[in-house]
Amino acid sequence: MSEVGRAWGRRLNPSLVVGGVLVTAIVVLALVSYVWTPWPPMRVLPVEAYQTPNAEHWLGTDRFRRDVFTQILVGARTTLYVGLVAVGVAAVVGVPLGILAAMSPGWLGQVVMRTNDVLLAFPALLLAIMFAALYGGSTRVAMIAIGIATIPAFARITRSGALGVMKSEYVVAARAAGRSPLAIAWRHVLPNVAGLVIVQASVSFAIAILAEAALAYLGLGTPTGQASWGRMLYEAQTTLRSAPHLALVPGAAIALSVLGFNLFGDGLRDWLDPRLERR
Amino acid sequence: MGEGTGTPAVELRGVSRQFRRRRTSLLTPAPVVDAVRDVSVTVARGERFGIVGESGSGKSTLLRLVSGLDQPTAGEILVEGRPVHDQPARRLGWLRETLQLVFQDPMSSLDPRMRVRDIVAEPLVAQGRHDNRERVHELLEAVGMSAEAADRYPHQFSGGQRQRISVARALAPGPDILVADEPVSALDVSVRAQVLNLIDEVVDGFDLTLIFVSHDLSVVRHVCDRVAVMRRGEFVEVAPTEQLWNDPQHPYTQQLLAAVPDLHGALAGRTARDLAADVARRGQDGAGTG
Repeated sequence: MSEVGRAWGRRLNPSLVVGGVLVTAIVVLALVSYVWTPWPPMRVLPVEAYQTPNAEHWLGTDRFRRDVFTQILVGARTTLYVGLVAVGVAAVVGVPLGILAAMSPGWLGQVVMRTNDVLLAFPALLLAIMFAALYGGSTRVAMIAIGIATIPAFARITRSGALGVMKSEYVVAARAAGRSPLAIAWRHVLPNVAGLVIVQASVSFAIAILAEAALAYLGLGTPTGQASWGRMLYEAQTTLRSAPHLALVPGAAIALSVLGFNLFGDGLRDWLDPRLERR
Repeated sequence: MGEGTGTPAVELRGVSRQFRRRRTSLLTPAPVVDAVRDVSVTVARGERFGIVGESGSGKSTLLRLVSGLDQPTAGEILVEGRPVHDQPARRLGWLRETLQLVFQDPMSSLDPRMRVRDIVAEPLVAQGRHDNRERVHELLEAVGMSAEAADRYPHQFSGGQRQRISVARALAPGPDILVADEPVSALDVSVRAQVLNLIDEVVDGFDLTLIFVSHDLSVVRHVCDRVAVMRRGEFVEVAPTEQLWNDPQHPYTQQLLAAVPDLHGALAGRTARDLAADVARRGQDGAGTG
């Protein structure tokens, strides 16, 4: 009965396949890191620093003599965690707010949207920096801040979609059928804005990954001693010339994951739309 | 229902609905638009009542009022003797079982993300009836669709078929009154007659009162016994269909009649198929009123 259940048997589109492969790759990296890493994670090893990729250390070692591939594996956890927390916070709060704003014509909708506009005025990174100052730098705090800063994006896009849905005759029909506002929100509005929300979620997921990297780079997000692709990038900057692979590897990992989530969201939206089903 | 046969299906007493436009100036009060002005009418049980008027004449507003989707600024609306005009939506459960709607646009009146089964069952689910499988199949067959249609999505059907699904949904709770808002206006001419015939059959077969709104007098003439001509929120003329058609009293009605397409229109570019449909329709009308 679920949308996903119905979607089986539909043709997969290229975005979904490529995005899905990239997203799956990150998930696999993160899962593998729990059971196996080539070297103990985050441990200073009795080996030479600044090694280029070789048979012992597949992606080389950094200046602290840590194995880069091991860090990439463990860092994938941080990346996924970051995206899930930020998008989770934003969607769980933003989507109901957007639907509420669209369905209440009076002052309530206005209050929600104006509050939203105020929140929208705060840059996400600024909010994260404020939170870091108040509650100390940690991945979770940073991501809740990014999530809160992303609420308006979800609320807005949900509201604009929901406004269109509320104008449609099938909502009038549902009202005439005696459906309660809650049932209309759940059965009609939510499924019809789901496509928008999924795309927004994938874009926000990608933005959250970048934001985490940026915060780690500024030294505000993930603390030292925890693996994060953003931190790796930060630590690599002093040796960009002598050991460029230390920056290229996490940089490529971030770029590919951002690309992967964007493509995945696009593909998912198309795949879930029954109107695009082949007859 | 418990009421005697003397109770009219729908009764409007001096119904008005004003809308306030958005203010355009701080100094002048917001302009007021009278969408419906002092409309009084009684629709008897089993009657087929038509409302004709151009777009913006207040037809749709009037339907929303009768269906309890909006409240009048003045006047009373009684459906089967019970007040609708002053009731909040949550106390109109009985109205949903009594009165059902068919909408204009068969593209937008069915949720694209729902299966036909769920669409048709919606009025039942709203009443807390959940095991509707058999009922949905019955309803689909009653409107000339196969039971297999239940597992498909609205986009897989043509406009005419979608309108049949709309009719099936409207019939689901077993209403006494069917309200149709321009049900064929968005359809190809070639399928209009089919949908009109379906509404005709359904109204007969289920013993319904019909309120039928259209901008097209020739369409209303096909299904209604009595017609109200609406203009700028008011009923300018109410008369039995044939009387109105043959002997319009109000100048606006005369204008409307003059606008109905005829042979001249046909010569000006209507196709042979349209003509054939017209002829068939006229023939049926003649037989129906004889």
